[in-house]
Amino acid sequence: MATETTGTASACVGPDGSAIGMPQLCADWMPNQIFWLLIALIAIYFVLSRIALPRIASVLAERQGTITNDLAAAEDLKHKAVEAEEAYNKALADARAEAHAIIAKNKAEMQAELDKAIAKADAEIAAKAAESEKAISEIRASAVQSVEAVAKDTAGSIVAAVGGQADDAAVAAAVDAQMKG
Amino acid sequence: MATEANGHSEGGLVFHPMDQFIVKPLFGDGAVGMFTFTNVALWLLLAVACVVALMVLGTSKRATVPTRVQSIAELAYGFVYKMVEDVTGKDAVKYFPYIFTLFIFIAFSNFLALIPTSFSPTSHIAITAILGFGVFIAVTALGFIKNGASFLGLFWVSSAPLALRPILAVIELISYFVRPVSHSIRLAGNIMAGHAVLKVFAGFAAITAVAPLSILGITAIYALEVLVAFIQAYVFTILTCVYLKDALHPSH
Repeated sequence: MATETTGTASACVGPDGSAIGMPQLCADWMPNQIFWLLIALIAIYFVLSRIALPRIASVLAERQGTITNDLAAAEDLKHKAVEAEEAYNKALADARAEAHAIIAKNKAEMQAELDKAIAKADAEIAAKAAESEKAISEIRASAVQSVEAVAKDTAGSIVAAVGGQADDAAVAAAVDAQMKG
Repeated sequence: MATEANGHSEGGLVFHPMDQFIVKPLFGDGAVGMFTFTNVALWLLLAVACVVALMVLGTSKRATVPTRVQSIAELAYGFVYKMVEDVTGKDAVKYFPYIFTLFIFIAFSNFLALIPTSFSPTSHIAITAILGFGVFIAVTALGFIKNGASFLGLFWVSSAPLALRPILAVIELISYFVRPVSHSIRLAGNIMAGHAVLKVFAGFAAITAVAPLSILGITAIYALEVLVAFIQAYVFTILTCVYLKDALHPSH
């Protein structure tokens, strides 16, 4: 303890204010150093163990939790993105298939309509052709008849002019026979 | 006693490398009693203030994305926590606050002592002996509380031949009791030597011709001292962890 001290400071300091020997070994100062050291250590320990260390531990744990959560969320979002992509691809394929179906259906319908129209047109053409044929055959028949009548008349007249007795039935038969030949 | 062991006076050159370690009262000129507010007290309390500033004020925002000061605090926390976990084991994590107190106190005392004209508490054997013997007593008591008499197995090297074991036990016992001495003197010696060397270099600066060299030397030693300040705090802490491990798991 600082008992023998006189004057300014202590036995460990010379009259000119410089240290005598090693100040570290001066026993006079040790109680003071130890007292303040214990004060400082206790203060630091309480501040750290009561406030600082639990706080830092919680901050670190919270950060770890946040990182874990964020990673999980990122994984989740990735999954969602993959799912969305799959759904999109599926929708695209569906749409494509549907489009194909619609195209095929339309094609079939158009084909059917076309076929129908062609058939109708064919029928009409056939009807018209038949009608025309009929008209032609009528015309031909009437023409043949006229020719026959004219031929019979002419033949009868020729026979009469030659001086023969024109038998109408014989002339007609002769003309018919000629015309068939 | 009256001779000035460290004050060589040679033509204007005055070296007082040890004067920086003198403990003096800050208020008044009286003797240094136990409760006198001295320069030791001032710098110890400054260390406390710095610890509070870093560890409490720096982390007050509890930011998930840390600020610069908060990340230093977290770095220190993680550094010491990992050291305790790696060296001493997971079951020693409950002693982490004590070990962290030691580390942060020594680190800040060392770094604050590097401020010119400051006082370096950790250069005093009284301070480091309390730290070293405190660790020694606590660890020894813990060893006996945790392991009972089997803690003495620490001194009985069961892997050695039987004839050698008593001799080894004596050696182990001596080395065990030397631990606190080396533990405390290592820290005080390093810090004291560094600061004394700085003072000696500074004394040489009085000669104009040598001054540039002296300043260069101070700069180099100062850089070294910054390194030493951290390393000594680290060494003290890791040795505490090693001693604690011996106490918790005394088998070799």
